[in-house]
Amino acid sequence: MSYHEAPTIAVTDAPRLGQDDRPTLRFVTCGSVDDGKSTLVGRLLYDSKTLLDDQLDALASESKTAGTTGGDLDFALLVDGLQAEREQGITIDVAYRFFATRLRRFIVADTPGHAQYTRNMATGASNADLAVVLVDARRGVITQTRRHSHILSLLGIRRVVLAVNKMDLIGFDGDRFSAIAAEYLTLAGQLGISEVQCIPVVAPDGDNIVAASARMPWYTGPTVTAYLEAVDVAGDVSQRPFRLPVQWVNRPNAEFRGFCGRIASGTIAVGDAVRAQPSGHQTHVARILTPAGECNCAGAGESITLTLVDEIDVSRGDVLTGGSAAPVSDQLAAHLVWFDEEPMVAGRRYLLKCGTASTGAVITTLKHRIAIDTMAKEGATRLDVNEIGYVHIDLDRPLVFESYRDDRDIGSFILIDPISHRTAAAGMIDVSLRRATNIHWQQRAVDKSVRARLKQQRPCVLWFTGLSGAGKSTIADLVDRRLAELGRHAALLDGDNLRHGINRDLGFSNAERIENVRRVAEIAALFVDAGLIALVALISPFRSERELARQRLEAGEFIEIHVATPLAECERRDPKGLYRKARAGDLPAFTGIAQPYEAPPAPEITIDTSELSSEAACERIISYLREHNYL
Amino acid sequence: MLDIPRTAESALPGRAGGKQLHAASHLRRLEAESIHILRETAAEFRKPVMLYSVGKDSSVLLHLAMKAFHPGKPPFPLLHVDTTWKFREMIAFRDRRARELGLDLIIHTNNDGLSQGIDPFTHGSARYTDVMKTQALRQALDLHGFDAAIGGARRDEEKSRAKERVFSHRSAAHRWDPKNQRPELWGLYNTVLAPGESMRVFPLSNWTELDVWDYILLEDIPIVPLYLAASRPVVERDGALIMVDDARMPMRPGEEPQWRSVRFRTLGCYPLTGATSSTAATLPAIVREMMASRSSERQGRVIDRDSPASMERKKAEGYF
Repeated sequence: MSYHEAPTIAVTDAPRLGQDDRPTLRFVTCGSVDDGKSTLVGRLLYDSKTLLDDQLDALASESKTAGTTGGDLDFALLVDGLQAEREQGITIDVAYRFFATRLRRFIVADTPGHAQYTRNMATGASNADLAVVLVDARRGVITQTRRHSHILSLLGIRRVVLAVNKMDLIGFDGDRFSAIAAEYLTLAGQLGISEVQCIPVVAPDGDNIVAASARMPWYTGPTVTAYLEAVDVAGDVSQRPFRLPVQWVNRPNAEFRGFCGRIASGTIAVGDAVRAQPSGHQTHVARILTPAGECNCAGAGESITLTLVDEIDVSRGDVLTGGSAAPVSDQLAAHLVWFDEEPMVAGRRYLLKCGTASTGAVITTLKHRIAIDTMAKEGATRLDVNEIGYVHIDLDRPLVFESYRDDRDIGSFILIDPISHRTAAAGMIDVSLRRATNIHWQQRAVDKSVRARLKQQRPCVLWFTGLSGAGKSTIADLVDRRLAELGRHAALLDGDNLRHGINRDLGFSNAERIENVRRVAEIAALFVDAGLIALVALISPFRSERELARQRLEAGEFIEIHVATPLAECERRDPKGLYRKARAGDLPAFTGIAQPYEAPPAPEITIDTSELSSEAACERIISYLREHNYL
Repeated sequence: MLDIPRTAESALPGRAGGKQLHAASHLRRLEAESIHILRETAAEFRKPVMLYSVGKDSSVLLHLAMKAFHPGKPPFPLLHVDTTWKFREMIAFRDRRARELGLDLIIHTNNDGLSQGIDPFTHGSARYTDVMKTQALRQALDLHGFDAAIGGARRDEEKSRAKERVFSHRSAAHRWDPKNQRPELWGLYNTVLAPGESMRVFPLSNWTELDVWDYILLEDIPIVPLYLAASRPVVERDGALIMVDDARMPMRPGEEPQWRSVRFRTLGCYPLTGATSSTAATLPAIVREMMASRSSERQGRVIDRDSPASMERKKAEGYF
């Protein structure tokens, strides 16, 4: 039989032109390298007679020169489109393929199996109604299968076809197939994938792809094509409240002011009440323009233009809503699939796009990372490429959104790296961490937090207190340098140095010591306002003055570090010869000798340099800053 | 045809009647997606332009742009890269459509190539396409400082196109890096550019050739008459039927133009575009013929066949 006369599900009675309303099913294929995804998709194209003579001729000649099937038709070549892929014999990017049967049209996203290309799988899954997961019958459910299924479940895929491929290589063993199916069903259950159809196939030969396999009579379920044609994937977005993310404000002339966008959910009719969010202004719909003309109503998925009865301020990024209001928040909890080679580190700043809105965003906390193999939540300080985590995000301005569970359109977002412009992550909103108190949002002045976000750090004061010679300046200097290496902005205020400038008029009387501390605290607070990390190295012997400095700042901004090196050790070191002078009576108010030093009762950090090197002390402080999300 | 009349309210489809409309038929879904992409482009870029190649895909794209910004006009000009070897009927159609719709049409020709006398007969299709199409397009984009160029390419056309993004990034040198494409999830597009970089935007990515014809019929979109069969002077050369559109085409020994009933599945430069023998002189007849066809539309294009990976390479260099 020539390949021009393949047996099939051909488009024999395609509907009449313009009347063709066969629905489209979008699905994604995933599996590990060499599981045969491209071959399966190529086979579907071939069997649906989507391929034309010149393409088949090209396939036949390429199968001989570039194929991996010893001259037989290599169906993977139909899909592996990029030259580099054909050279390497692997799929390196997501490809979209189109085919149709008598009952349905299909758009399939064929995605690569290597671990480093997980982002493409998430991409393919983001617009899919269903997934076809391939496993090699010889290997069964492996780590990649778990990883991919987990991503599918995170992206809201609830229906999966498990195609157990290469059944010929295990002698069409039905028991082995059942065991793999059972293992996968357990996994799917844990992931909330509610509908699974397991099908044993031989992709290159077409067994159970279109026609039932005579070689596996023990399998009585549907073929891959039969299942794809019949599965019900209707969503319920039209039953949800009306949401229209505003894309574009159309103002061709003074009389017309229309708000354009694609309806994310619900329906809308002329006369319906709508509100603009986040402003909250309310009005009614005057006209609805659709691509097919002016209408009385429109529903989810349509790209429309609305005009409103009252002139209210609405711009791109706002959402027009009907029914219950959508949540608005500037703090979100979300799942992230990390895409970028540059790892995710809490505190960094990104551009977040959700619906038609864009805003600056900072990942404040990585709550946990999810171990792909076990799905266990584990503590982590960063996400590497292809890792999945659950994070808290602070936004520069409040966002109108829905939970991803309810609405893919305004429950999803991407993070864009502000420097490389790469798409760093895909996100799925879980919940708001707080309701934005100020829904009538006004542009706030540039304040401490805005500046801090620009600098990708939480500003604070590291207040080193302790006896002379305890090691305050040495450690503060190391921390300063370490922060600079990390690209953070700090400023070091050293007591001795300040006495050469702003405090040169002050002596060492108690009153002057207090004024000295007060001035340093004020300067440190100004630095915090500027978004900096201020390092203060100052004996500051009195508890009350340190407490005043603490109160000058907001909660969490004052980190007291007691450099608690014992007096005897400080005196032994005596780097500036001051203890000698004090013992000789030359320094009448020297702390620790003639003046008391009031040790802090509950410092955030205590360091004894007789036990800890300065470098170790520095690292301990940096770890503290990381753990408490200052960095 | 492009005017959406403001009808009396009673005549508009109501909630019940609208149910069918909302069932979002296949073509309406594609239409909604394409309009969404066109509006994103207008909203996110400083200076977009729509590549208008005068073919059927361009006709659909233009029609969608008119709808997307109705009752206003598309907020971007049209750009036609004129190699000077396009079919005469294409040029006449182009000028008429731009005039009828009142749109700003920029026509760019690579004058360097023209003065070097580059033509498809003596310099070969690869060299000619590079100079008169790829380089010409890059010149035009640079000259006007466009940061987004909207084109009518579809993923079903060709294998390397199947992998291209809807918003496809180009370096400052207009190069496409297929291995380093920005992932596209949901309807979210990363449109951020560094200075000098640009984006190619493909609103018809998810359409098939059949969808395009179906939509042209449904919406009664004007197309160049070359798509319909008529008696035309052709010569058979290297396995393709080439129409002798003007006197610049040199005849090879033994060649004599013959009048045959032919039509074109794709349109480009006449010396590089093969015709198919056909008597399908109406749109429905074309589509019937196409559905029964056993060859792909790009088969008639001489330029794609230069080498197996020719499209991928041309795209990496900046071709559309």
